[in-house]
Amino acid sequence: MMRRETRRDLFPGALEMMILRTLKRQPLHGYALVQHIKRVSDDLLQIEEGSVYPALQRLLKAELVKAEWGVSATSRRVRIYRLTAAGVKHLEREVSSFERMLEGITRVLAPGEL
Amino acid sequence: MNWLERMSFRRRMYGELSEEIRAHLEEKVEELVAGGMGRKDAEAAARRELGNVTLVEEDGRNAWRWLAMENFLMDVRYGLRMLGRNPVFTAAALLTIAIGIGANAAVFSVVNSVLLKPLDYPRAEELVVLHQVAPGAPGLADFENGLLLSPSMYFTYAEQNRSFQSLGVWDMGTASVTGLAEPEQVRVVELSDGVLGTLGVTPAVGRWLTAADQVPNGPKSVMLSYGYWQRRFGRDRGVIGRNAIVDSQNREIVGVMPQGFRFVDTDFDLIVPLAFERGKLILAGFGFHGIARLKQGATIEEADADLTRMLPIWMDSWSNGPGTNPHFYETWKITPLIRPLKQEVVGNMGELLWVVMGTIGLVMLIACANVTNLLLVRVEARQQELAVRAALGAGWMRIVRGLLVESVMLGLLGGVLGAGLAYAGVRFLVAIGPANLPRLSEISIDARTLGFTLLLSVLSGLLFGLIPALKYAGPRTALALRSAGRTVSVSRERHRARNLLVMGQVAMALVLLVSAGLMIRTFEALRAVDTGFTDGQHLQVMRISIPASLVAKAEQVTRIQNELVEKLEAVPGLKSAAFASEMPMEGFDSDWDTIFAEGKTYSKGELPPLLLYKHVSPGFFGAAGTRIIAGRDLTWTDVYGLRPVVMVSENLARELWSTPSEAVGKRLREDPGLPWREVIGVVQDVREKGVQEKAPEIVYWPTLVENLFGHGPAQAIRTVTFVMRSERGGTESFLQEVRQAVWSVNSSLPTASMRTMEDVYGKSVARTSFTLVMLGIAGTMALALGIVGIYGVISFTVSQRKREIGIRLALGAQGSDVVQMVLRQCAGVALLGVGIGLGAALGLTQLMKSLLFGVTAHDPLTFSFVAALLMVVALLASYVPARRAMKVDPMVALRYE
Repeated sequence: MMRRETRRDLFPGALEMMILRTLKRQPLHGYALVQHIKRVSDDLLQIEEGSVYPALQRLLKAELVKAEWGVSATSRRVRIYRLTAAGVKHLEREVSSFERMLEGITRVLAPGEL
Repeated sequence: MNWLERMSFRRRMYGELSEEIRAHLEEKVEELVAGGMGRKDAEAAARRELGNVTLVEEDGRNAWRWLAMENFLMDVRYGLRMLGRNPVFTAAALLTIAIGIGANAAVFSVVNSVLLKPLDYPRAEELVVLHQVAPGAPGLADFENGLLLSPSMYFTYAEQNRSFQSLGVWDMGTASVTGLAEPEQVRVVELSDGVLGTLGVTPAVGRWLTAADQVPNGPKSVMLSYGYWQRRFGRDRGVIGRNAIVDSQNREIVGVMPQGFRFVDTDFDLIVPLAFERGKLILAGFGFHGIARLKQGATIEEADADLTRMLPIWMDSWSNGPGTNPHFYETWKITPLIRPLKQEVVGNMGELLWVVMGTIGLVMLIACANVTNLLLVRVEARQQELAVRAALGAGWMRIVRGLLVESVMLGLLGGVLGAGLAYAGVRFLVAIGPANLPRLSEISIDARTLGFTLLLSVLSGLLFGLIPALKYAGPRTALALRSAGRTVSVSRERHRARNLLVMGQVAMALVLLVSAGLMIRTFEALRAVDTGFTDGQHLQVMRISIPASLVAKAEQVTRIQNELVEKLEAVPGLKSAAFASEMPMEGFDSDWDTIFAEGKTYSKGELPPLLLYKHVSPGFFGAAGTRIIAGRDLTWTDVYGLRPVVMVSENLARELWSTPSEAVGKRLREDPGLPWREVIGVVQDVREKGVQEKAPEIVYWPTLVENLFGHGPAQAIRTVTFVMRSERGGTESFLQEVRQAVWSVNSSLPTASMRTMEDVYGKSVARTSFTLVMLGIAGTMALALGIVGIYGVISFTVSQRKREIGIRLALGAQGSDVVQMVLRQCAGVALLGVGIGLGAALGLTQLMKSLLFGVTAHDPLTFSFVAALLMVVALLASYVPARRAMKVDPMVALRYE
């Protein structure tokens, strides 16, 4: 278990947050989701493409997203994920707590203050 | 979602995840190929980007799992596989556990049914017995019922009390029922108003006896037990309103009690009202059991105080006749000692059952010690496996949990087998259980017993699993992996655990064997007691009652009884026959009263001793085998001549006149106003109340007596026990001929309680024999388990020390040296165990003091014998492996490397 945790991404929950944020914009299937995150982050973040799937499974279990089988732009049978109401709320909470955390870290790291 | 749905849901989810990942890869490859990459490279790149597919899928699946539970199930599966791989070990362990748990569950079900479950009455905890003692009334103290209530006491208590909802008095007796089919002697409960209401069990059919039924000259009514209703009337509901003739009194049947209803703890056939004539009551007549229901919230102490308050009221309200002092009873120091009804029903069996439970619990501990040993040996063999698991990343908590799951599973499987054994065990216990074990009919395996069995299984599983688990799963695995128990000698420390277990087993086995030994000695002592009758196996007894409706005149009753004796003596093989008001240990309520000896002066307040009164026919002592020590036996001339003669027991003769021969010719009487009776003979003491009870002082009267208690005309004892001495006693053909002989005199005489004195005796020592059997079983089990334990440990030690022994032999040690070395090790362990056991037994046998007779709880003979026995057995058990050690071939042992 431990070895897998370290490989996941920046910090626990970050990937989930990004997935939720992306899905809030529009429902997507797994591959498109990964490509979107990679593109938007300008490949700044090291994301193993596969890691999005366990994250999606956890979100499904928590009923923050729901999935439907549909057809992709390349006419493949894919599972399209969309945000639930609970997902929207969860995202807001996560983002605001993340922002608070970020602000705190930024203040501490800011030069001259110490 | 139930688990089945969940399973299929999960399977679908997993499938979809795989499909999704496959689609992802395809899309990626397509994109890369479109971007100009070669197909092969594109596939590799797609996989690289995606990461480890298996891991991704596993992580995805984990999202849906209940991890702890699945790991647990994995442990269970693994444990089962391990158990299955070692069938011999598993069978040995399971059998040991099953026997231990089975025995415990069986005994617990008895303890539960008898001691823990409430009595089968509504709000049974409110029911109490109006027990009272009278230390100032000598002679009464011997009687286990204390001072019973007199009818006048009942009226005072019932009308003046402040702490009872209701109360009443009752007595148990027999009566003959005629007018239905053939005459029959039945068990009757006679009760006052208030008793049925106190018990609170409504009739199955009809109604209770009410206050109207208790009016002396009012309607005569009777209630039936369910059993009697079924037997005699085939459960005909139309029985209400019909008549039955009970002891020549025509009575109307008004109700039937429901199935399973027992009166306190006895079965009965009929319930009849006592119908006291209030106007004729005096203070005396202490012959009735009092039962009451406490008011809600009232305590036993308050109730005791309430009775104490009412005693003076009782003495002021009634009298023993003109010229008597009603406050005379103050000298008796009557003291209420109310007891819960349950305590009365359970009686002295509670203590016995707890002792049995304790001993069986010890057996369980020994069994656990054995299984622990087995597990230790096995874990030793699995060291390498455990080390590998630890090296591969299993946390030691995980390993401990795995081992514990295994041992708890052993416990549970053993528990299931044990429950089966317990079922058989309960039937066995009920079969061998003493006839006077209370609530015998209520004993069964219920939910509580099953819960106990489950708890015991889990706890024992944890107990015998914990030691090996903690010992071997600890963080020392690297060493084990390296050595694997081959090149490094087994550490002393590891032997210590096993030696400690063996020591504990020996100690516990010693405690059990000492207890069993003490019971054997008790039984021997009981057997050696001169009961006052001989060769009970060939002494047949039978109760016959001649009701007044059949024969009115007293003398005629005696003549018929006399004729019965003659007819019985004509039965082939019958040596002698006679009769008495009761035989020793029969358990019938006895008569007792005061005796004034001639030449003795009694001060005004002093009450002469209350003595047991028995009535006997001529030849009774000869037939029963009771020795006449001085003087002569009664004759029929004495009886029919209504001569004022009596016989006395040896202890009474010695007390009043110092020697038996001195007593002959002396005179005594029941009351100062009555004529003297001459003592014509002295007979040996008889254990009237049971083998373990002191022989009471007895006055023997003829069965036909004039003026007894100043009642004037001759009175005959109508219900008597016939005794017949015959080699054929107890056989069915003999009983048939006896019945024929009785009916040849009068065809409407019912015969009852046909049994041999051996049966009566057996019942009297039933408690002791039950304890003996139980402790015997426990002791034997402990010994057997102990032998197995010692043998196993020594064998294992020898096999572990093979190399060392081989070296010793190679260096010139003799075979006998090796045997001695092994035996010395065993002797040391056993000796310590025996020492600890002796210490524990000295303390623990105190708990069974009340079960012992004729032997002290510290009987040196028993203690030393058992200690020696255990030492011998321990050495024998280790001799076999020791011999094997001697035969170790040094070459083979050393080449083993």
